[in-house]
Amino acid sequence: MSFFALCFAIDVPETYKFIRGQAEFVKDPNQSAFVFLGKEVRYYAFDVFWRLPPLLGWLPIWINDSLFFLMNDWMPMEFWNEDTQEYKTRPLVLQITRNLTAFMTFLIELIREILLGGLETIVAFTSWDWIDANPWAELPGLPWTIVATGSAILAYKLGGKGLAIYALLSMTYISIFGQWKPSMQTLSFILVAAPLSFIFGLSLGVAAYKSKRVEKALYPILLVMQTMPQYAVLVPALVLFGVGDHAAVIITMIVAVPPMILLTLLGLRAVPPEVIEAGRMSGCNNWQLMSKVLIPTARRDILIGVNQVIMVCFSMAVISAFIGAKGLGFNLLLALNQLNIGLALEAGLCISLIAILLDKMSLAWANKQVDYFGNLNFFQRNKNALSFGVVVIAGILLAYFGSIYFKEGYNYLFEVPHNKGISTADFWNKGVDWIFDTFFVYIKAFNTWLIVDVLQPMRALYLRMPAIATLVLVVGAGYLIGGVRSALVVCGLTLFIALSPWWDRALVTTYMATFGVLVSCTIGFTVGTLCFQNKHSTNFMLNVCDIFQTFPSFVYLIPVMMLFGITDTSVLIAVIVYATIPATRYTIEGLRSVPAGLHDAATMSGVTKFQRLFKIEFPLAFPHMMLGLNQTIVFALFMVIIGAFIGTEDLGQYILKALSDKKGAGIGLTLGICVAFIGLIFDNLIRTWVGQRKKHLGID
Amino acid sequence: MSEPVIKCQSVYKIFGANAERMLKEANGNVDAKTFQDNGCIVGVNNASFEVSKGEMLVVMGLSGSGKSTLLRCISRLTDATGGKIFIEGQDLLNLNNKELIDLRRNKMGMVFQSFALLPHKTVLENIAFPLQIKGIKTEDSINKAMDMVKLVGLDGRENYFPRELSGGQQQRVGIARSLAVEPDIWFLDEPFSALDPLIRKEMQDEFLRLQEKLQKTIMFITHDFDEALKLADRIAIMKDGIIEQLDTPANIVLNPATEYVRKFTEEVPREKVLLIKDVMDETTSSDIGDLKVSKDEIIENVAEKILTQEKTVAVIDSKNNVVGSINPAKIINTVFGGRKSNN
Repeated sequence: MSFFALCFAIDVPETYKFIRGQAEFVKDPNQSAFVFLGKEVRYYAFDVFWRLPPLLGWLPIWINDSLFFLMNDWMPMEFWNEDTQEYKTRPLVLQITRNLTAFMTFLIELIREILLGGLETIVAFTSWDWIDANPWAELPGLPWTIVATGSAILAYKLGGKGLAIYALLSMTYISIFGQWKPSMQTLSFILVAAPLSFIFGLSLGVAAYKSKRVEKALYPILLVMQTMPQYAVLVPALVLFGVGDHAAVIITMIVAVPPMILLTLLGLRAVPPEVIEAGRMSGCNNWQLMSKVLIPTARRDILIGVNQVIMVCFSMAVISAFIGAKGLGFNLLLALNQLNIGLALEAGLCISLIAILLDKMSLAWANKQVDYFGNLNFFQRNKNALSFGVVVIAGILLAYFGSIYFKEGYNYLFEVPHNKGISTADFWNKGVDWIFDTFFVYIKAFNTWLIVDVLQPMRALYLRMPAIATLVLVVGAGYLIGGVRSALVVCGLTLFIALSPWWDRALVTTYMATFGVLVSCTIGFTVGTLCFQNKHSTNFMLNVCDIFQTFPSFVYLIPVMMLFGITDTSVLIAVIVYATIPATRYTIEGLRSVPAGLHDAATMSGVTKFQRLFKIEFPLAFPHMMLGLNQTIVFALFMVIIGAFIGTEDLGQYILKALSDKKGAGIGLTLGICVAFIGLIFDNLIRTWVGQRKKHLGID
Repeated sequence: MSEPVIKCQSVYKIFGANAERMLKEANGNVDAKTFQDNGCIVGVNNASFEVSKGEMLVVMGLSGSGKSTLLRCISRLTDATGGKIFIEGQDLLNLNNKELIDLRRNKMGMVFQSFALLPHKTVLENIAFPLQIKGIKTEDSINKAMDMVKLVGLDGRENYFPRELSGGQQQRVGIARSLAVEPDIWFLDEPFSALDPLIRKEMQDEFLRLQEKLQKTIMFITHDFDEALKLADRIAIMKDGIIEQLDTPANIVLNPATEYVRKFTEEVPREKVLLIKDVMDETTSSDIGDLKVSKDEIIENVAEKILTQEKTVAVIDSKNNVVGSINPAKIINTVFGGRKSNN
């Protein structure tokens, strides 16, 4: 009741503009100011019941200054410089980041040049002068035929015939359609980022398993990283590591390592205690226990972690194009920027093809049972390696014949150059034009209706709510669900956002996410329930979810921009499509987890299908479906933030702005934390509720 | 008798935050209830016993009685909170990590209820695992493991994975693995409890056959009283962490020490458990018939013969010397008498 009283008690102040300008950039005599830790924060003051003053406004500035201090002034030391042959004074952190950068660059170039050819790797071991003297020294790169067949052989080994055919077809497609070079650039990026993330994630997971203290220290970071939009991490990385593939790899690792840690931990925890005891009684020391007993037994979960890592890498391959990573992602962003939907579609298709391929391959690896090779002879054991050898020779020969046959111009058997392959871009662009010409009226009508009658009132509702009222609402929900503890956590998270300078933006983000989540859940729960009625449709739907989840999030923006152009509607539709995946999946999984015994018991008491659904299946599946809701919220938030690329007026817009701002690191990071906290508020509420509900029902 | 292989002196295992301090304060007078009120759970309460070489001690108790905890203290999978444990005279609790690993690699073998096989290794590799951990060459360890495969009768399945085997076969692998390093001490933690009754009986017989051949010092944990009677040289019955009675099967059946033990023994078919020597008179009366029975026969096997006699029957040992006598009335009394339900 007090909540409604608060809502009506305070009217919107006359001077208040929804979506304020950013306080610290605009100097206005009407602004108030305060100084904290030597940082001046300027803001428009309102009744504190209406909007809290941005008491945390100093935080981004402070983060910025600390970063700059670390990079430029902290602990200067003498370092030996190879090029100039003398000592040079440099701050420690700068030196470390530069060394890391050089190392990453070397790794990426190495793999890139194995796939595409080039000079950099040899230069790294010698010098430019040496190259000039020996012009023959250049990594030639593999012909695309070898890479394509090689991946097919690997796919065959892991997942059998079907996967091999898919691998061969998609690689050939990529080559013929002239996307080879960017694809291989993206692939080389992933081949560096994924193994590194795997190694770090695994070792941190093991450390967390062994020591409670490490686990406790990692836990909050893992929690925030789960809901932190990937965009936001880009900005600080930009400051630390500069622009380019290497920065992208490092940033990808930061995003990809947390799920790896979680799954490693999960897998190790699930090893039966008796297996560990058996290992101990066999006389294992700690190292043997870990490497020979625990990790092999937890293999499946750990490999699922690898799968997650690969997926995050693909998603980052596109997003990190913002900080200069080369490859398909860069082409995709460029095409989207030029509104060349056809080109964007081609790049998006290629990246999705590779993503699906690697996803299926890593899953096949996870589910593969080790075979026993004891009684096979040399040829049987190494048949895959041998056939790859044959392929390499055949590929080189083909490329050689190609170089004779295609004397003039390009050797298509070696590499199909970018834009020299078949392109379907024009076709798609014409298609888009046709859609626009034909359906423009309807689309526009729908658009107008949605914006005027649904979105704007909803947005107004969120924005008109006084900050205190929102706080009371959220904290009250926390208290009702999880008691004082939950209320305090939620209160802290909300206060952080309310005291930051971006409360209004956060409200806009939340409103878009809420709208997306509401629609997604309605669709997801309905579709999931309908599909669950039949075994085949269940499996079909789960597969569809799998494939959709594999697409890097950015790819979703392409078709919606095709249909709806650059509007909020596009973003929202992308949000809805993206967030419907977890909603559907969790609904199906939840319904499936209802014990078969209960099913039979219900049937024997003579219930109809509907009665069974509503009296038995829904109540029992509901906790799991709520976890789906949780995922849906996270997915929706991600997409809303990415949607800033199309142009929305929320937190994402500022994150994007911070990317091109020299002093953006602090702002980007704080904004990211704000988004993460929005996610965490819902996460906390839902998890607490689900935990209680499950305990009550005696599930788990 | 030589020095006992396993020797426990008032071993305590108490779970909880201040277990050690509480134990010190209790001064040897541990009461589960008071400990529980202070957030501690008593797992093993003042266990003292010895197991000598080649002997099989079966620890019997219902779930939660602390029998598995006791075994884990003696194998030092958990550290005992108080008391002393000696393995062949070595103070187990004072061993450092390296010595402990050495002890496990050479002297101890353990079999688990859930088999605890490594899912990623074949039968042969599972059995060779403790040998390879020890650092034995692959070829030697595989040869040795192959011997073990034959010992437990799994020849032809050595390249299977655990997931491809039945429960009984998996436990054979577990047994073979625990025996691969030729340990002197053999721990078995409810090895047959997860098996079907028929397979269980088969495995028990198999186990007795192995033990006859190998003569290990054994601690065997079970919750099945019949299994304990069938296998044990001596039985320790545990309840709430306390050893209620530790004695030979016959003595436990004939003279249960506490009410709790009596409940177990009530339903036991004595004629199937007791031997002639357990119930015979040590004296030889003059009024003796022609029939002679061995003192190591189970009563059930000779009861019919004895009961058809009117006179007392002579009991002989393996060298055919008369060592005692038994009369038919005694048999009837043993089998049917002295039970509450017969009042």
